[in-house]
Amino acid sequence: MKSRPAILFALLGAVIMVLLTADMMTGSVSLSPGQIWDALCGRGDSATISIVRRIRLIKALVAIVSGAALSASGLQMQTLFRNPLAGPYVLGITSGASLGVAIFLLAVPAFGLQSAALSQMGIAGAAWIGSAAVLAVIAAVGRRIKDIMVILILGMMFSSGVGAVVQILQYLSHEDALKSFVMWTMGSLGDVTVSQMWLLIPAVAAGLVISVAVIKPLNLLLFGEQYAVTMGLDLRRSRAMIFLSTTLLAGTVTAFCGPIGFMGLAVPHVARAAFATSDHRVLMPATILTGIALMLACDIASKCLVLPINSVTAMLGIPIVIWIVLKNNSITRR
Amino acid sequence: MDSTEKQQHNPAVRLRGLTVGYGSRLLIENADADFMPGRLVGLIGRNGTGKSTLLRALAGLDKPLAGEIDLTDGVGLASISQMTLEQRARTVAFVTTKKVRIPNMLARDVVGMGRAPYTDWIGRLSDADRDAVDQSLEMVGMEAYADRPLDRMSDGECQRVMIARALAQDTPVMLLDEPTSFLDMPNRYDLCSLLGRLARERGKSIIFSTHELDIALSLCDDIALIDSPRLIAMPADRIVAEGHIQRLFASSSVAFDPSTMRMQFKQQ
Repeated sequence: MKSRPAILFALLGAVIMVLLTADMMTGSVSLSPGQIWDALCGRGDSATISIVRRIRLIKALVAIVSGAALSASGLQMQTLFRNPLAGPYVLGITSGASLGVAIFLLAVPAFGLQSAALSQMGIAGAAWIGSAAVLAVIAAVGRRIKDIMVILILGMMFSSGVGAVVQILQYLSHEDALKSFVMWTMGSLGDVTVSQMWLLIPAVAAGLVISVAVIKPLNLLLFGEQYAVTMGLDLRRSRAMIFLSTTLLAGTVTAFCGPIGFMGLAVPHVARAAFATSDHRVLMPATILTGIALMLACDIASKCLVLPINSVTAMLGIPIVIWIVLKNNSITRR
Repeated sequence: MDSTEKQQHNPAVRLRGLTVGYGSRLLIENADADFMPGRLVGLIGRNGTGKSTLLRALAGLDKPLAGEIDLTDGVGLASISQMTLEQRARTVAFVTTKKVRIPNMLARDVVGMGRAPYTDWIGRLSDADRDAVDQSLEMVGMEAYADRPLDRMSDGECQRVMIARALAQDTPVMLLDEPTSFLDMPNRYDLCSLLGRLARERGKSIIFSTHELDIALSLCDDIALIDSPRLIAMPADRIVAEGHIQRLFASSSVAFDPSTMRMQFKQQ
């Protein structure tokens, strides 16, 4: 009984190390593991050192951080909403972020509101503010609502409403601005700068700490909210913590990398099937590690095929979800 | 559980001027009742008279519209509204009508979750917790099913596991909302006599709602009858003798016959 998770965790760790090395090796210039090691230690020619340290390492770290963040947040959403199709975006994070970016890229130039302060903030800041604002609205409305399904429906309706506003902005804006916006929606792991890493990593780390802190509430929520409350769960506090962690995880990643689809939805199912458990004490770390491995794999594929990361995660994620749902009916039979 | 003797004269649940309902609709008004430890109480009443609503209020899930619910705190009585969530979870356990089927979760783990009010931040079970889980499974006769997942059990088996979970919560008060509704006849009787045994042997106050008049009247110590908007609580034999059952459970085609303790078709 005990050995299965232990073996799987060890295996996952090894897979991540292999994928991390492979990810650092792939790119416009192929490098050997030896060259990468030398460059990391500061040996070899300066061009290689610069590629490895400033580009490859940063991008691999972004893949690790975003894979962990989106998956952990997806697991929390699936348990909170008791819905296997929930993901980090059901609460309107993507639509909020895209509204922020749309306003930044499309509306600001269109209305001639360009200012130094605004351009300093950048796309990431606009996206983060947008997603946090939408989540704050949902959380504020949700405090008065007992039924979690109502919150789910509100989140989805709100997303669609915000999406309509974004569409209007797109319709009204110029071609160049529109292209930048469309590029953002395709997602990218490579646009994060070294200084932005100092925002991305602490925010995601804080989100992951909360994810671990809500393991017991999540386990109680498996029984449904009524049972959870009679077993001592503080529903308001747990919901607030889960919302906060989703903002920190999915909100931050979306801000820096764009809306990356299907990771948050698919990875918890992979972890559930592989570890054959619903216990979040195993499932949370399993989901985080699986997310890291899959995001590294997606990054390698996107580099080899020269495709946007979002299309790769979708092409990988959709078959995984279909395969698992068909293979294991018990996921849909909650 | 050791303090049963001390509790003998104190009620486990006390209702004072309790009014429950939803919106502007009052279901039970100004009810006073005491439920003693060691007794099984059948909560009966026609459809829509507020059985579930009352149980939800007793479990602390809904606030009553007016009045007080006091629960035993081991020594005396404490108002449910003053208790912390954890205190409440250590005082009253609830088995709802909802079917719980968590993929891959074993009966042992389900019962283990009943220990949540006692475990640390991540829900780790101590040896004492594990003993409580084993004991609880044994009490409901499900020890052989401990390592089986719930999604491979019958409704009756699941219901027993959920009751074991409530037992593991180690509370002086246990509430069950229509625990017999998915079960066949033999299982209904077995389950209710199990509840009676648990109440008497463990000194618990167990209150369950049911539509099974004959089971309730033959196996329960006390009956709480909702006669909207009144709540009448008294020993099972007295409630029949005073004619409350005949008065309330009658329609154009059936009536309650106190001599057989069963519903009978009226002769045309």
